[in-house]
Amino acid sequence: MNQMQNFTKGFLKENPILVLVLGTCPTLATTSSAVNGLGMGMATTFVLIGSNVVIALMKNIIPDKVRIPAFIVVIATFVTIVDLVMQAYVPALYVTLGIFIPLIVVNCIVLGRAEAYASKNTVWSSFVDGAGMGIGFTLALGVLGAVREILGGGSIFGFKFIEGDAILVFILAPGAFIALGYMIAVVNRINKKA
Amino acid sequence: MAKMQSSLRNMVLSLTLISVGASASLGFVYELTKSPIEISMLNRKLEAIKQVVPAFTNDPNEEMFRLPTGEGDSLDVYPAKNGEEIVGYAVRSYTNNGFSGFISFAVGFTPDGNIYNITILEHKETPGLGTKMVPDGTPEKPEFKDQFKGKNPAAFTLKVKKDGGQVDAITAATISSRAYCEGVQRAYNTLEKGGLI
Amino acid sequence: MEYILLIISAIFVNNVVLAQFLGVCPFLGVSNKVNTAIGMSGAVTFVMVLATMVTYLIHVYVLIPMGIAFMQTITFILVIAALVQMVEIILKKISQPLYQSLGIFLPLITTNCAVLGVAILVIKKNYNLAEGIVYGAATAIGFGLALVILAGIREQLDLANVPSGMKGVPISLVTAGILALAFMGFAGLV
Repeated sequence: MNQMQNFTKGFLKENPILVLVLGTCPTLATTSSAVNGLGMGMATTFVLIGSNVVIALMKNIIPDKVRIPAFIVVIATFVTIVDLVMQAYVPALYVTLGIFIPLIVVNCIVLGRAEAYASKNTVWSSFVDGAGMGIGFTLALGVLGAVREILGGGSIFGFKFIEGDAILVFILAPGAFIALGYMIAVVNRINKKA
Repeated sequence: MAKMQSSLRNMVLSLTLISVGASASLGFVYELTKSPIEISMLNRKLEAIKQVVPAFTNDPNEEMFRLPTGEGDSLDVYPAKNGEEIVGYAVRSYTNNGFSGFISFAVGFTPDGNIYNITILEHKETPGLGTKMVPDGTPEKPEFKDQFKGKNPAAFTLKVKKDGGQVDAITAATISSRAYCEGVQRAYNTLEKGGLI
Repeated sequence: MEYILLIISAIFVNNVVLAQFLGVCPFLGVSNKVNTAIGMSGAVTFVMVLATMVTYLIHVYVLIPMGIAFMQTITFILVIAALVQMVEIILKKISQPLYQSLGIFLPLITTNCAVLGVAILVIKKNYNLAEGIVYGAATAIGFGLALVILAGIREQLDLANVPSGMKGVPISLVTAGILALAFMGFAGLV
């Protein structure tokens, strides 16, 4: 597999949310608008790339039996860095995403990529893998956020195009489940045809 | 380089190494972001104060003091002065009875006790329903919040109409509206008890 | 009275899965059968109460005095991971039947974001130790309730004719959405 395929596999074919169905919690919780979804996606992408690279660098000095705690420490470090940096420079977004920033640490995607990919591959391909997966995650979050914002709030990226209320339920919790359910069904369909 | 064996020595060594590295880098980032975090928190505070009181020339944050609510806790009060004259007080108030619990406000009063403006600092109310308590309206299209502006809680009963007050509740968000009134009332009571209005 | 409100709020109104989106992965993963759902809920309840207690004590007596509250995430996740391992080992030693019914779920719990989520929320909401434990237990019960209900529905769904693209995860998500809608009805309770 060349680097290009390695990079793009996360977009659709192995999309972490829509195909592998990992990391559903932040997906549902932070996509009440497109901007929030993208913000969460970018935070997770940073953690993914950072932990993938560091773990690939250190894979030889980490004994097998303690690899999971070692990975968790590395991931938690990057999560805390994101947490502090967002608090300092994008406080508004930080407040909106709230508890889901520290919770990136238990996002199965991050640990999953560390275990399944970075611990077995070179630094460069781990970087590409992290970036690709992160972008796939961000894309899915952005699209889901946009869909929910359009249907639920009648706006997109904060620009309102419907006066008054739209289908409110899509901004609320139930709408998140339902919208994601249909999105996964659509992607299932596309992947089956391809 | 060959893969490390899982001997006890190696395991302890590598975990220690990783932990030390992690703590060091975190300590570094923490020091780096410490003052930006403080500044951004301060700015948010000043922004909120600016919204709820008339234009001022002093630094309300410097002159902040605490007033007891009479319910066992106290609220932060930020006096706004134009020159030497007091033009208003911003009170940081709260309620625990929002639809999703805690809501915190900055409520601004002019010295005669009228509400100047209110802004929500923190809330978890339902998007599209409870969140309607946040925005400022326009004269043509007033929002929930606008009915409070210029009113004096001494004469204007801060309760929703359903509870015998004068506040028009947000449709389908009576609980949020009730909590809102409670938070504003708490700010007013505190200032009144402190003898400032 | 306060505790009752706290419990009702955590189980029904702010249900951890259906309203706060914590623990959705196991919610979708182990809700095929009612029996496994019950096993998972038991394990989660156990770990969540224990984890809330331990992380709270660590936060108050170690992190705060040392001025390193920013290390919260990293400490909590390690404590939870260690705790889960310990519970697994102890359970194996003292009670074989309990181990057999809960054991297989334990490794899955480390990455259950509800456990870490509740630990962080207890600190964020300034609960004291007793409130924290009650909140943790109630949240876990809420998780179990949602899980068992969804499992019950999914057992029936197996017999239904679901369009091929919607089979599996999508239909479960839509079902969960309708369930969340039903839970919104509890909203005015507190």
